[in-house]
Amino acid sequence: MRHLLSSGDLTRDEATLILDTAAELARVSDRSVKKLPTLRGRTVVNLFYEDSTRTRTSFELAAKRLSADVINFSAKGSSVSKGESLKDTALTLQAMGADGVVIRHSASGAPHRLSHWVDGSVLNAGDGTHEHPTQALLDAFTMRSRMGRLEGLRVAVVGDITHSRVARSNVLLLTTLGAHVTLVAPPTLLPVSVHTWPCEVSYHLDDVLPKSDVAMMLRVQNERMHESYFPSVREYSRNYGLDAERLACMPPDAVVMHPGPMVRGVEVSAEVADSPRCTVTEQVANGVSVRMAVLYLLLGGS
Amino acid sequence: MPDTDRVYLISGARPLGGDPVDLLVADGRIADTGTGLAVPEGAETVDADGLIALPGLVDLHTHLREPGREDAETVATGSRAAAMGGYTAVHAMANTDPVADTAGVVEQVWRLGREAGYCDVYPVGAVTTGLAGANLAEIGAMADSAAGVRVFSDDGKCVSDALLMRRALEYVRAFDGVIAQHAQEPRLTEGAQMNEGCVSDRLGLPGWPAVAEEAIIARDCLLAQHVGSRLHVCHVSTRGSVDIIRWAKARGCDVTAEVTPHHLLLTDDLVEGYDPVYKVNPPLRTADDVRALREGLADGTIDIVATDHAPHPVEAKETEWSTAAMGMVGLETALAVVQETMVDTGLLTWAQVADRMSAAPARIGRVTGHGRALAPGEPANVVLYDPAAPVEADGAAMATKSSNTPFRGMTLPGRVRATFLRGVPTVLEGKIS
Ligand SMILES: [Zn+2]
Repeated sequence: MRHLLSSGDLTRDEATLILDTAAELARVSDRSVKKLPTLRGRTVVNLFYEDSTRTRTSFELAAKRLSADVINFSAKGSSVSKGESLKDTALTLQAMGADGVVIRHSASGAPHRLSHWVDGSVLNAGDGTHEHPTQALLDAFTMRSRMGRLEGLRVAVVGDITHSRVARSNVLLLTTLGAHVTLVAPPTLLPVSVHTWPCEVSYHLDDVLPKSDVAMMLRVQNERMHESYFPSVREYSRNYGLDAERLACMPPDAVVMHPGPMVRGVEVSAEVADSPRCTVTEQVANGVSVRMAVLYLLLGGS
Repeated sequence: MPDTDRVYLISGARPLGGDPVDLLVADGRIADTGTGLAVPEGAETVDADGLIALPGLVDLHTHLREPGREDAETVATGSRAAAMGGYTAVHAMANTDPVADTAGVVEQVWRLGREAGYCDVYPVGAVTTGLAGANLAEIGAMADSAAGVRVFSDDGKCVSDALLMRRALEYVRAFDGVIAQHAQEPRLTEGAQMNEGCVSDRLGLPGWPAVAEEAIIARDCLLAQHVGSRLHVCHVSTRGSVDIIRWAKARGCDVTAEVTPHHLLLTDDLVEGYDPVYKVNPPLRTADDVRALREGLADGTIDIVATDHAPHPVEAKETEWSTAAMGMVGLETALAVVQETMVDTGLLTWAQVADRMSAAPARIGRVTGHGRALAPGEPANVVLYDPAAPVEADGAAMATKSSNTPFRGMTLPGRVRATFLRGVPTVLEGKIS
């Protein structure tokens, strides 16, 4: 494994190794001295073309806990914002001797392009509406910790599937790991070829919840309403929002997940968000462990 | 440029793939044809043993980029590329900067073509001012200009307003012109990056649905038939479009259509690596669409092959997919791709290739001196093509100023050995002369 560009690139063994490694590293995070010397002398660049303090901070923390040198190369206030091309930025990072580049970009496929221009490992931290593989890994890690297994687990992914990199990465990874995924959304927010994806599809949340161990609620952006994907936020929330009443229809040990940032009252009601069955803060904590594992496995060798 | 008074004896060429004959070229015309022609004194012999002779190719859809984007291509470099591809005439699309929407700009392009001298350059006039889709450009002035424009197109943009399209179709009838439509419903393709389907869904790239092309083609065919005008459909790319055009022709609509070499060969799964060399408008479609396009070209539903040669500088392609420019160069690979997809597959004879790439495009563009028979008295516009000379496509080695060929690294089956424009070799022994 040289890069992590797509969840689909991971075999079941590789994905499991990442999750197992993350579990070991999570134990380190519980110690008072949290640092490991594993990546000492290695340089990790966080190249963020989109604002995402949470993801960037998570990667930064993960790299620092492994003693790597971290450079934050954000698009704002750098040559990037003055119109420097991705290729020229890549050549700059190459000259700086970056061993790993963590890239967040609004263009689908930008990490693929970058991987042709740098010698170091490229880690996709979210590209456009394509993928977000470490999010899927931390989601899988969270499910495995909570439910004790992934094989046969029934996961409903609810919301704007078409525009969601989280959904794409989760479908690929969870399927690889033996879980059963059902995508739930109005038809307007499902890709036209979704029937060819390795998962089930439903337009009706109430049909799916009783048969789901996990409800993964995706963020719905306001602009989708203005683009006529659905008539109003209220109507969306009525049909696809998760409130306490709907949560009660799920199996008793079922959990609610959200990649954040969460819009309370739209995808998830405040009551559900604050319930112990909602894993949002756990997901954040697990994100650091999973990203440590990925950095360790990509950069730790030799 | 070589001497125009020179006499050439092309020996042993196979006209339209038939039996070998000699062609005597003098005074810009084919002076004689036959076997064992005597070599006149002072004539240069061109050994064409094993080569196919076709009438010089005519491209109805070329982007020469001048004026405005001379960093990508100029009329001179683009017409050299055309000659290298076996073309003796090209139609230069109007989406230059400034747009070719006045007599002044089309005459400039026409003059640049004459000065370059590698092929005849016929400017295409814009349908609407600035390609803005709001007001008709000065179509009559362009038609009456020295450039004698007969083909009008907002290519790159669709004339999406139905009423404006109707008026344009009607207006050009006065001088036997034709509207060449870039069929793309704009609302259905906002932000579109590639063919909408399995691959776009997987890659997370906004899709360009087939229906956005087909809906406009259907509408335009109905409009053209209603007002009794000629319609030409640019770069047909989907099975549905072929079906609609077949239906429209059957009910008597005066519609013609083109397909590009890249749509005859390449499919949307090439986008998997996000390399923008495969980014083009209309996008690469599916294998099923490719099959339908080949069938349509074979049965005459699609009348011609047009290159949509679209050069771009390196930096416009060495970038993220979504910011990269759309388009591919194609003049120098067109004939070889047609051989691979249509001739070697048994779908077209060489005589039919001559029709689809020379005679029919000349007829649609109302170009009289091209696309004619290889017979005594005709203008000596001839291409000599070696169908058994495999070559790896290489953008850097091409005559075009740009190098964005999607066939990069692919081995194509043949190559152009010589091109004659009115008796003057623009290409000889595979090299520009
Ligand atoms: Zn076009």
